[in-house]
Amino acid sequence: MTLFEPFQFEFFRNGFMVATLAGAICGLVGVYVVLRSMSYIGHGLSHSIFGGAAASAVLGVNFYLGAGMWGLLSALMIGRVARRGKIGADAAIGVITTASFALGLALSNVFGQAKRSIEAVLFGSILGVTTLEVIAVACVGVLTVAIISAFYRKLLFATFDPEVADVTGVNVGRMEALLMLMLAVTILFTMKIVGVLLISALLVTPAVIARMVTNSFARMLVIAPLVGAACGAVGMVISYHADISSGAAIILLAAFVFIVVYTVTGARGRGNAGGMIH
Amino acid sequence: MTSLVELDGISHSYGGPTVLEHVHLTIDEGAFLGVIGPSGSGKTTLLRLVLGNLRPTEGVVRRRAGLRIAYVPQVETVNWNFPITVSEVVLMAAAAKWYRQRSTKSERQRVSELLDQLGLGGFEDRHIRELSGGQQQRVFLARALHREPELLVLDEPTSGVDVRTRHEVVHLLTDLHRSGTSVVLSTHDINGLAAHLPRIACVNRELIAVGTPAEVLTSSVLERTYGAPMEVLEHGGMLLVTDSPMGSE
Repeated sequence: MTLFEPFQFEFFRNGFMVATLAGAICGLVGVYVVLRSMSYIGHGLSHSIFGGAAASAVLGVNFYLGAGMWGLLSALMIGRVARRGKIGADAAIGVITTASFALGLALSNVFGQAKRSIEAVLFGSILGVTTLEVIAVACVGVLTVAIISAFYRKLLFATFDPEVADVTGVNVGRMEALLMLMLAVTILFTMKIVGVLLISALLVTPAVIARMVTNSFARMLVIAPLVGAACGAVGMVISYHADISSGAAIILLAAFVFIVVYTVTGARGRGNAGGMIH
Repeated sequence: MTSLVELDGISHSYGGPTVLEHVHLTIDEGAFLGVIGPSGSGKTTLLRLVLGNLRPTEGVVRRRAGLRIAYVPQVETVNWNFPITVSEVVLMAAAAKWYRQRSTKSERQRVSELLDQLGLGGFEDRHIRELSGGQQQRVFLARALHREPELLVLDEPTSGVDVRTRHEVVHLLTDLHRSGTSVVLSTHDINGLAAHLPRIACVNRELIAVGTPAEVLTSSVLERTYGAPMEVLEHGGMLLVTDSPMGSE
């Protein structure tokens, strides 16, 4: 068996391309996620979208439309509950997204979705990735890069110093909504390959690795997607040869890279990522 | 004299007790105003109302149309672990076309000149955490000045800095004021900063007094402001405020 053997199969080529793109997109969006301490939102949103996916299957609605609307609704509800200030954002995420996840599970139980299908959503699968889905993920990638390029300074300002950004004329609320939208769309289009339970790691790990090796925001936006894409691509090949789920292979590889960088960069790297690694 | 910002009978609360009550204050063109008061007296709230990122629960804030305001926050509120260099901080506030968000050569030139003026030449690619307290304060001042503001608002610009840095900040602000920028700042530092300003506002939930240091830095005004007995001495033509924990004899 050669290293390139799986590339003879179309399903693998599609999965490989989606995993590479997913890694790059998650790495890019993940920079904002970790710097805004939104890691828990990424985790919660993926759970919430699972509820939407199950409901879409039961109602016979298109997966991306149903789960996407569900995810966006959850994100807006989290924002609304957190802004009211009665309970913290972390508690709001905990209640709303886990309830949504539980609803998804209940619907799957009642309406008898196959156990294998649930496992695929939870842990990721390369089976059944169509060429259309590869194109869709590529479009999400192009859209994400376009949004970040067009709003680079405003997004940076709103992330680094929201209060001063607001005074300076940046619509901080709109920038936050834009980030939530990018996050929800990224999770929606990449969760099939990485899995609901593991996607938050792909959002966080490449960004933290990038943070350990650079002190520049602009360089972090380049390094994190490269690390994510590399983990996605190599992880897929490992997944095939080791016969383990694609999500697990990608995340284990990312964790391995994290440990290597953490060790090699020593105190300097740990100092850089000070606010992210507790 | 043209007024830049006018607070007309404003009150504010964050949902609980009132933080500021019935404040009337005008900031004119050419102002150099220090806002003093104890912790929790509403100084930062007052600044945020001037800036416009808070809406008063009562009253009206009028700003001159098209007024360019820049804000320098307390350095304690800055996330020093954020991956950002000195030039990235200064450039983030600059307006840019949507298709040209990365810095241009002329922008980098302007940033270099500004940093040179503030004694930070050659620090463009340094991470903000690698600078001294005074240098860090000047980076955020550079970001504000890059917008060429007509009104500069600073929250506790000398908080947590050493004496030398405080002198640097006072001189910088004085130069800026002389060059035509109106300045409003909040401070806890009465002797080191507020007493050197032409106009002081004393705040403790309400506006207790506004005027020159000679008018405002009196035992009675300060006792009403801080809720504790304070003495005012004169030394070398300057007023010096001391607290008198045992009370005046």
